[in-house]
Amino acid sequence: MSLLQISEPGESPEPHQRRLAVGIDLGTTHSLVATVRSSSAECLPDAHGRVLLPSIVRYGPGGGVDVGYDALSSAADDPANTIASVKRFMGRGVADVAKYGALPYRFVDAPGMVGIETAAGLRSPVQVSAEILHCLRARAEESLGGELFGAVVTVPAYFDDSQRQATKDAARIAGLNVLRLLNEPTAAAIAYGLDNASEGTFAIFDLGGGTFDLSILKLTRGVFEVLSTSGDSALGGDDFDQAIAMHWRIAHGLVDASGRDTRRLLAAAREVKERLSAEESADAQVTLTWGQQLHLRLTRREFEEITAPLIQKTLGPTRKALRDAGLAVSQIDGVVLVGGATRMPHLQRAVEAFFQREPLRNLDPEQVVALGAAIQANALAGNRAAGDDWLLLDVIPLSLGLETMGGLVEKVIPRNSTIPVARAQEFTTFKDGQTAMAIHVVQGERELVSDCRSLARFELRGIPPMVAGAARISVTFQVDADGLLSVSAREKTTGVGASVVVKPSYGLTDDEVATMLREGFDHAQADRDARALAEQRVEAEGLVAAIRAALAQDADLLSPPERASLDAGLASLDAARQGADHRALKSAVEALNRASESFAARRMDRSVSRALAGRRLDEVPVK
Amino acid sequence: MAVTLTDRAADHVQRYIAKRGKGIGLRLGVKTTGCSGMAYKLEFADEAQEGDLQFESHGVRVLIDPKSLAYLDGTELDFVRDGLNEGFKFHNPNEKDRCGCGESFNV
Repeated sequence: MSLLQISEPGESPEPHQRRLAVGIDLGTTHSLVATVRSSSAECLPDAHGRVLLPSIVRYGPGGGVDVGYDALSSAADDPANTIASVKRFMGRGVADVAKYGALPYRFVDAPGMVGIETAAGLRSPVQVSAEILHCLRARAEESLGGELFGAVVTVPAYFDDSQRQATKDAARIAGLNVLRLLNEPTAAAIAYGLDNASEGTFAIFDLGGGTFDLSILKLTRGVFEVLSTSGDSALGGDDFDQAIAMHWRIAHGLVDASGRDTRRLLAAAREVKERLSAEESADAQVTLTWGQQLHLRLTRREFEEITAPLIQKTLGPTRKALRDAGLAVSQIDGVVLVGGATRMPHLQRAVEAFFQREPLRNLDPEQVVALGAAIQANALAGNRAAGDDWLLLDVIPLSLGLETMGGLVEKVIPRNSTIPVARAQEFTTFKDGQTAMAIHVVQGERELVSDCRSLARFELRGIPPMVAGAARISVTFQVDADGLLSVSAREKTTGVGASVVVKPSYGLTDDEVATMLREGFDHAQADRDARALAEQRVEAEGLVAAIRAALAQDADLLSPPERASLDAGLASLDAARQGADHRALKSAVEALNRASESFAARRMDRSVSRALAGRRLDEVPVK
Repeated sequence: MAVTLTDRAADHVQRYIAKRGKGIGLRLGVKTTGCSGMAYKLEFADEAQEGDLQFESHGVRVLIDPKSLAYLDGTELDFVRDGLNEGFKFHNPNEKDRCGCGESFNV
């Protein structure tokens, strides 16, 4: 039976025309589903009134699958079949996963993405995520009394192509129609209605259970753009629990506590941490495995002292994001707090002190992302008045380009470009009669292909034989609203084309993204030199080839001394090509160019006179 | 002639109006479409229209155009929960039959 919701004036839907749409925050530790009902966005609770669904899936021995709280309780007894924080494995290879240290799962090196051997057989992170999404979808359909029209699923702003594609695949497996993927910080901004302002620049400070993300968003005429993202993929609320537990272990001589005792201490630490957001001190009781009773107590002041270094750790990426965006603190018009860990008063004070303004926090920080996604889903499903549609722009986290001669990267779409975006660039052939061209798509900030990440390779064939530089090959990079890249190449005179949708080889970690960005800054000087050298080498190679070809044809135009000096120039250029000094190479190229000038002029005269020989003036085409 | 809200319905309407940040009340109406001929209209009201009939029920202002009132007289608007699903429901004594979906009806 369908129950009614209140519509905006004049917007009552026709019967059976209401499109049910939800926003889903698929989080590392928790996931949520939200919808817009009677003009207000709200998270949908389960039958026990809980809106958070722990992002945990357990594959039982009998083939049953538990998701959420049901799976959480079995984590300690059956760790190998109870998959937690699967978001970290999305679109990742086995080598990336190894970086997370000792995990209780049986990882399998599957092509493209790591697999996990479970009681129910081999499962990919995509399938595990699909179980979580399926659970949320069932909750939503039960709550809304009908089948869902579609969903907006959020992803971190720094998620690369493979992680976004994996998220989309998971939603599809769960039977969800993905209206679009939405960056988490953008969703948080929408939840606060920041899109209703005409313009502004906002910082989204997201400290979740295990990850920290800071994003700078810019709003211009109702359009959002992510100016920069930064963060720490190994910093979150869990680290605060660890710090408290470690404090107790040292205080009670329990540094060598067993895994089980450590877990009990951690659980108590989390409880105390949460209570300290409202109280000045909190107590906890823990019974250790050998029966000892511990009475633990922590004051807010002690907690703040213990965790001050963690608070400080959030400020580094915050500064970096501002620097990347080229902004000063005074240019930020608003700060949004996201993630349960931002409930801690000393964190709020630190953020307020840094930005010199009070952050927005009147919405539940654990719900804001899902609420914003729901508002976006409602709009995309067409449940808003005509003419009220708005665009949302996100950015690509790393530059996209392709390999050119000499192992150099030609950036086609620079990092932080807003998506969707399409850019075309023209390239040409390097050798006479070249009929094919290898297109190598790379991602990264460095100048050399070897320092960037390879995304895809394909070949354009069927280029008509022409002299080097005559073919006009237009290469188009297109990134859709979900951040997925397709590349196409077309030879303009013949129209032959080839294209590839980049479903990248998996394996770029957040750390790698961060490292690649950092290296881009650190190596700027070295990269410029390397680029200059590679460019000069290409230049030199082309010049040598051209002169050798000319000598083979028209050597008779040169006197012996002229020939000798040209040969000497060729030899010295060859020597300079082996060296690493791009300036020396450049002057050798210039010297040879000068030395061959008169030879080139004489060849030109000869070819003109050959072309004109024996023809009347009116037969010569006029250009 | 009157239309009323249950306590629960009035509570929810007031909460939604507060969250929405504007609105003078609730507009009820009837549209002649749907698989059983007519469909209920349930909207926020930002202003009164000419000829509107207005009622007050548990602190909520209810606005109805005179044509719709003929089909809605005596109706009680309720807020019900059905499992996880929750929403508003019309108890309309004029209703003869309705389609299974509950979104449209006949008099």
